Amino acid sequence: MSEFLREYLLVLLFGLLAIGVVGGFIGLAAALRPDRPTAGKLENYESGVDPVGGGWSQSQIRYYIFALLFVMFDVEAVFIFPWATRLEAYGMFGLVEMVIFIFILALGLAYAWRKGVLRWA
Amino acid sequence: MFAVELAYWQETILKLLFAFVAVLIPAGATVNLYLFKMVSFMQSRLGPMEAGPYGSLQLVAEVGKWAQKEDIVPARADEFVYKASPYVVLLSTFLLVLVVPFGPDAFFANFGTGIFFAMAVSSVSVIGILMAGWASASKYSLLGGLRAAGQLIAYELPLVLAVVGVVIQAGSLNLQDIVMAQHNGEIFGWGAIGNPFILTQFVGFMIFLIAVQAELTQTPFDMPIAESELVSGYMTEYSGFRFLLFFIGEFATANIFAFLGATLFLGGWSIPPFLMDIIPGLAPELDATGAVLSEGGNSAAGMSPWFNLIGPIVMLVKMLALTFIVYWVRFTYPRFREDQLQKFAWKVLIPISLVNIAVTGVLKVVF
Repeated sequence: MSEFLREYLLVLLFGLLAIGVVGGFIGLAAALRPDRPTAGKLENYESGVDPVGGGWSQSQIRYYIFALLFVMFDVEAVFIFPWATRLEAYGMFGLVEMVIFIFILALGLAYAWRKGVLRWA
Repeated sequence: MFAVELAYWQETILKLLFAFVAVLIPAGATVNLYLFKMVSFMQSRLGPMEAGPYGSLQLVAEVGKWAQKEDIVPARADEFVYKASPYVVLLSTFLLVLVVPFGPDAFFANFGTGIFFAMAVSSVSVIGILMAGWASASKYSLLGGLRAAGQLIAYELPLVLAVVGVVIQAGSLNLQDIVMAQHNGEIFGWGAIGNPFILTQFVGFMIFLIAVQAELTQTPFDMPIAESELVSGYMTEYSGFRFLLFFIGEFATANIFAFLGATLFLGGWSIPPFLMDIIPGLAPELDATGAVLSEGGNSAAGMSPWFNLIGPIVMLVKMLALTFIVYWVRFTYPRFREDQLQKFAWKVLIPISLVNIAVTGVLKVVF
């Protein structure tokens, strides 16, 4: 295996370490704690009062729109990072290109702003 | 000097052990120091005094208490997702520590895309929190989970964009390169303290701190777990050790973000160059052009091996300084309302960070 892939193998190993640590802690606690479930205990806690209706209620659509906005800007970030590392080589050309790119995205944000998406009414 | 040849599997096991220590020990230390003691002094009380000398073993007592709590999965909850979510939250934490360099050779992995990788895995915790909120089958949990997700993605953007300024200045995504860029940097030809990017990227540093505060859902931004309206947000239905794991994730991630902040803005594990001239034995090994020797993608290979010992201590000090700011703000400011919180991210932080990128780019090309 190449040195490069070997380094990225650590990502997998650290992931396994995290799962091992969490599993180990929960397993350790399982040996110490009592386990006597009753129907009342297994009821949802919510605010301490018996819950009314189901837990999966409908929610504001606003969160979905924010998620869409986020995708737009996150994709932008993906493009900005490689550009940022090579700016010295690109010089003025790269700078103008990126200013145009950022301007178009800022325009998108301005549009969303103008449309009142960012308002929390 | 202390060159030890290790087989790959030995090295990997050591790395995993160190990662375990690097995630959990600083988390415990900062919780004890700041969350138990500092906040008490800020509120004119003594804080824990009984467990151990001066209350220093309080955390051990707390963990012992949590471990004995019954583990309750609500009957209506989606059991698999409910149980899986602490794993996802901690997964993000452990992957985040992977790229933090603690010395010229003291790192877990020296990825060419270091900081980009860190930004990517830091947002994995959103999924865990959303899972917790949804799977609990409780109205407060769902609301808290959605609020947390909305907040984390809103502040993820300023965080990422603030880092771009540093990347432009250093010309690399590799964290070791970023440390060395600050070490070798000069302020108008004066190189005695290098050029820690907090000086040239102060706007970026402030945005980074604010975004980290929000990413960790610490107090001015703790709408997702606002106890006065959502009980405890996405953690409401959790009990016992699973509940504690969310806290471990939160505080461990706070420390790792502080490590990252120290690496990006405060010069990382290196010390000011003029100190290295004074203290004997710390002089770097130079290549033919007079720059610090670099080797196989590690631009810090020529630095004195002593930095493998000094580096972690330097990082720890810088980390404690940054986490102090996090908790200081946490215990000082009242909480934002949900709409103010979103507005602040989208209408203030993101435009400022875009301007910051443009200005940094122009200055980089002009000079």
